[in-house]
Amino acid sequence: MSFINYLSREINCKIVYYGPGLCGKTTNLQYIYNKTNPEAKGKMISLATETERTLFFDFLPLALGEIRGFKTRFHLYTVPGQVFYDASRKLILKGVDGVVFVADSQIARMEANLESMENLRTNLAEQGYSLDKLPYVIQYNKRDMPSIAPVEELRSVLNPNGVPDFEAVAPTGDGVFETLKAIAKLVLTELKRGGAGGGAPPRR
Amino acid sequence: MTNPQMVMYEEEFNQIQAIVDRLVREANAQVVFIIDKNGQLISASGETDQLDTTSLASLTAGNIAATGGIAKLLRENEFTTQFHEGERANIHIQLVGNRVILVVIFDNKTSLGLVRLRVKKASEELNSIFEALLSKVQDPNHETPFAEITDDDIDNLFND
Repeated sequence: MSFINYLSREINCKIVYYGPGLCGKTTNLQYIYNKTNPEAKGKMISLATETERTLFFDFLPLALGEIRGFKTRFHLYTVPGQVFYDASRKLILKGVDGVVFVADSQIARMEANLESMENLRTNLAEQGYSLDKLPYVIQYNKRDMPSIAPVEELRSVLNPNGVPDFEAVAPTGDGVFETLKAIAKLVLTELKRGGAGGGAPPRR
Repeated sequence: MTNPQMVMYEEEFNQIQAIVDRLVREANAQVVFIIDKNGQLISASGETDQLDTTSLASLTAGNIAATGGIAKLLRENEFTTQFHEGERANIHIQLVGNRVILVVIFDNKTSLGLVRLRVKKASEELNSIFEALLSKVQDPNHETPFAEITDDDIDNLFND
């Protein structure tokens, strides 16, 4: 849920990176963090296990510039991808303005992608959101790996509605900023329209 | 009851800031801040120079969200108060109106009892301000600055 502050003339939005375990959500944020000017970013927080798997979330605050005198700030979050952290994933989706689904292009991970996407739909619905109405983009990550599915196949399985999608290699940054720009644009366009993800979610 | 977009206007901000400033003094606290449940910082007062308030806001909201998740599992509505005691710093976290979070950081110059007492009073005042703000935002005639944004404005943001 975006936050508009008339006093400091700021607009804050929340973007969540979703996807199966080890698909590269944290790597996306790390790349963005490393390549952003110090004045445009805050500290990146990673709540991870000892083996560097995301336990709760990663968080990266980012300033993207001004629109009509309003500073635009984006708070990027990742969810823990592992299946058994579902309760935590639900919490992080609260108040989301836009979703990036990071898919793992490897053939062996196709089922995990589908399961995670279904999980995203279910968890959003619980909050009163619909994935079809929320600003939403897909990233096909790990395009540098050996056994990957062709983009056409990934697209037909994961993106039947034709939302903006991008190929990426997160560690080298290929496609990372393209994905971020696309979701940020969709979020701002949605704000302009005055909507937010298919109506106000019920209060819990 | 819906959970609409959070909007902050000058009038309400000044009221909130006055309460937060007063709470720092009356509770003899180091820092007081208010964040919304999504982790956005709304207002801060006290010795904030050395603090990464953005990170604190996000982590506190995560903490409240996790605690809320636990409450739900135990069929509790919410745990509205949390207190963490450290060697030098203590932190008191209070959910206000199930909408915003009031955080007080304090040291041994004050006591938990005093902090609790002052937080209780401030919470009630804050609750009524946020209720009023909410009805203002829900008014269908309320204006948004973003209606006038053009696609070009958005594109220009991303021109390298």
